[in-house]
Amino acid sequence: MENQNLNLLDRALGLDGPSEPWPLSGRVVLIEDCVETSGSFVLHQLVKRSLSPTSSNVIIFVAFANPFSHYDRILRKLGCNLVTQRDNKRFIFFDMLMLRCPDVDEGKSSEGGLVLLYEKILKTICGLPGDKKDYVTIMIDDISLVEVAANGGSDYVLDFLHYCHALTSEFDCSLITLNHEDIYSSMERPTLILQMEYLADILIKAEPLSTGLATDVHGQLTVLNKGTSHRLGRSGNKIHNFHYKLYVVLWRKKLVISIDKGYSSEKRSFRRTYHVNGRLGFWNLNTLCVTHLLNG
Amino acid sequence: MADTICRTLRDGGLEGEHAPALTIKDSKASPFGFDVFNYVLTQLSNYILAGKSQSRGLVVVAYSRSPSFYVDLLKRRGIDIASSHDWIHILDCYTDPLGWKNWLIDKDISQEASSLSSFCQDVRNLDKLYSLIIEQGKGLIGQGKDRFSIAIDSVSEMVRHASISSVAGILSNLRSHDQVSSIFWLLHSDLHEIKFTSVLEYLSSMVASVEPFNQAAFGQRVDLENLSMLEQNFRKGKFHVRFKRRNGRVRVMCEEILVELAGIKFTPVLSEDEIINQRLLPKVQFNLQLSEEERNERAKVVLPFEHQGNGKPIQIYDGRRSLGENKEEALVSTGKLQPDEDSGKGQIIYFRDSDDEMPDSDEDPDDDLDI
Repeated sequence: MENQNLNLLDRALGLDGPSEPWPLSGRVVLIEDCVETSGSFVLHQLVKRSLSPTSSNVIIFVAFANPFSHYDRILRKLGCNLVTQRDNKRFIFFDMLMLRCPDVDEGKSSEGGLVLLYEKILKTICGLPGDKKDYVTIMIDDISLVEVAANGGSDYVLDFLHYCHALTSEFDCSLITLNHEDIYSSMERPTLILQMEYLADILIKAEPLSTGLATDVHGQLTVLNKGTSHRLGRSGNKIHNFHYKLYVVLWRKKLVISIDKGYSSEKRSFRRTYHVNGRLGFWNLNTLCVTHLLNG
Repeated sequence: MADTICRTLRDGGLEGEHAPALTIKDSKASPFGFDVFNYVLTQLSNYILAGKSQSRGLVVVAYSRSPSFYVDLLKRRGIDIASSHDWIHILDCYTDPLGWKNWLIDKDISQEASSLSSFCQDVRNLDKLYSLIIEQGKGLIGQGKDRFSIAIDSVSEMVRHASISSVAGILSNLRSHDQVSSIFWLLHSDLHEIKFTSVLEYLSSMVASVEPFNQAAFGQRVDLENLSMLEQNFRKGKFHVRFKRRNGRVRVMCEEILVELAGIKFTPVLSEDEIINQRLLPKVQFNLQLSEEERNERAKVVLPFEHQGNGKPIQIYDGRRSLGENKEEALVSTGKLQPDEDSGKGQIIYFRDSDDEMPDSDEDPDDDLDI
């Protein structure tokens, strides 16, 4: 079942092989997206893959963008129960929606807050049992909001990212971050995102097609795998490009029973794309619809 | 050509001269600077271990990778520094550059220092960093007159924590230190203002730039047409090196880079050399170059100096004599002239301004002045 549902994205990231050692161990992944094509679905897909039953990964999810319920709802539709994973200590959620540290004065709060966040992550990793310490994935959603939390201090954000990068070599954990490329497009020298691109071993870009909007295809994913030399046996720099279309699957029994035209009652689902907040359906990738990823 | 760079670093500087300095420069479009850095590091390490270089030790200032990365890198290249490392030291500015780990209340999280590496926990203080580098270097080479080399894996990281002038200051001081044999660093040019890149290029005796193989493909949205070009850009690149020689001449060379899993390979680009040499000439509206014919004519010109270097007796042509005698004299003295004076070769005919002037000699006419 797992093999059938592997998709091009998994193959591009090397996740189609054995799950141990975790192919992304010690690597830094940067997901870049823009308003037209949100890259959150890639993050959700990686959460699902990391928490698969065959792997022993632990995810430390640092959420600046959405609350736990948001991710829980989405991953549930992907067949992954985050509440159970949280209880099993495989999914550790840091709710950073309340961004500020209230008591410290303005100048120090930005750096101080990020130091405390780093300390929290470090202590969490050190507090894990021995067998789980080697399979940690740190996910940050998303970096632009970390910058907001740091009152625009991109230097502090870069320092924080540097320390997270140091964790990947100290504990062999993986670091997956999301940032929005179009925020920085008006800057002459977008240092933050450039530095992040230099740090990253794998760059995943979600962007619209060069030909513009299309009904059948929502966008294109470009996966650039820099193939760091410390991973022997891995192929060198490789660039993958494919088109994608996102589907939403709603598992609502009552609704399915009442609507039965054109849908498979065995699968008890219906497919529909819809607009949410003006953005084309980006909610989640169902394992079934993954097979609809078109080869670019 | 990359080997030329490595040999220059190997040979080091002369007494009283600044150490040769290499800037390795890359950008997002062709991010192979770190691969080039690793290549140079490996080569220099091999030279040091073989005793072929001026320097006897190497200090690696690691900002963007951990010391264990360099241990693994050198091990893969056949150099096992874990067991014998009396010639190399890594200054760890990566693990805890700002001392955040010191701020943590729980001191259980300990850091292991070793004889191979030591921590720098305040990269903002460049004076202290300078002292640390010199101290570690001297520790490697002992008390004698030996020298050591320095490798800084990211000046881009260094300048994030300090001002441009202080970074330029420390690099300049390191370069001019008596015991530093050579120094090289990596820079990501698109992260900085042009001013900073220019400052570093001024400080360097060699500037190696990594440029994209297909310049046009960069910056555009990916589509089927430019995908193959983009893929090429992430395997190949162009490598331009500018050398400043001791005599002041500048030499530019170019090679192609191929990045593979095992490392980076440099292949020569033969046809580029002439194009590059032409690029050194300023673009003006008149022709500064010589054609083949003009070159031959120039070679045939007899210079009006007394030392022709052809073994014939030296006669000084003093311009006061008549033309007929002069030609005879010239014919005898130079010996290079063709018997047929209408051979079409060039001649320089020199007439003195007045008869009162003394003939040319080696003496400086101003020697008798009493200044």
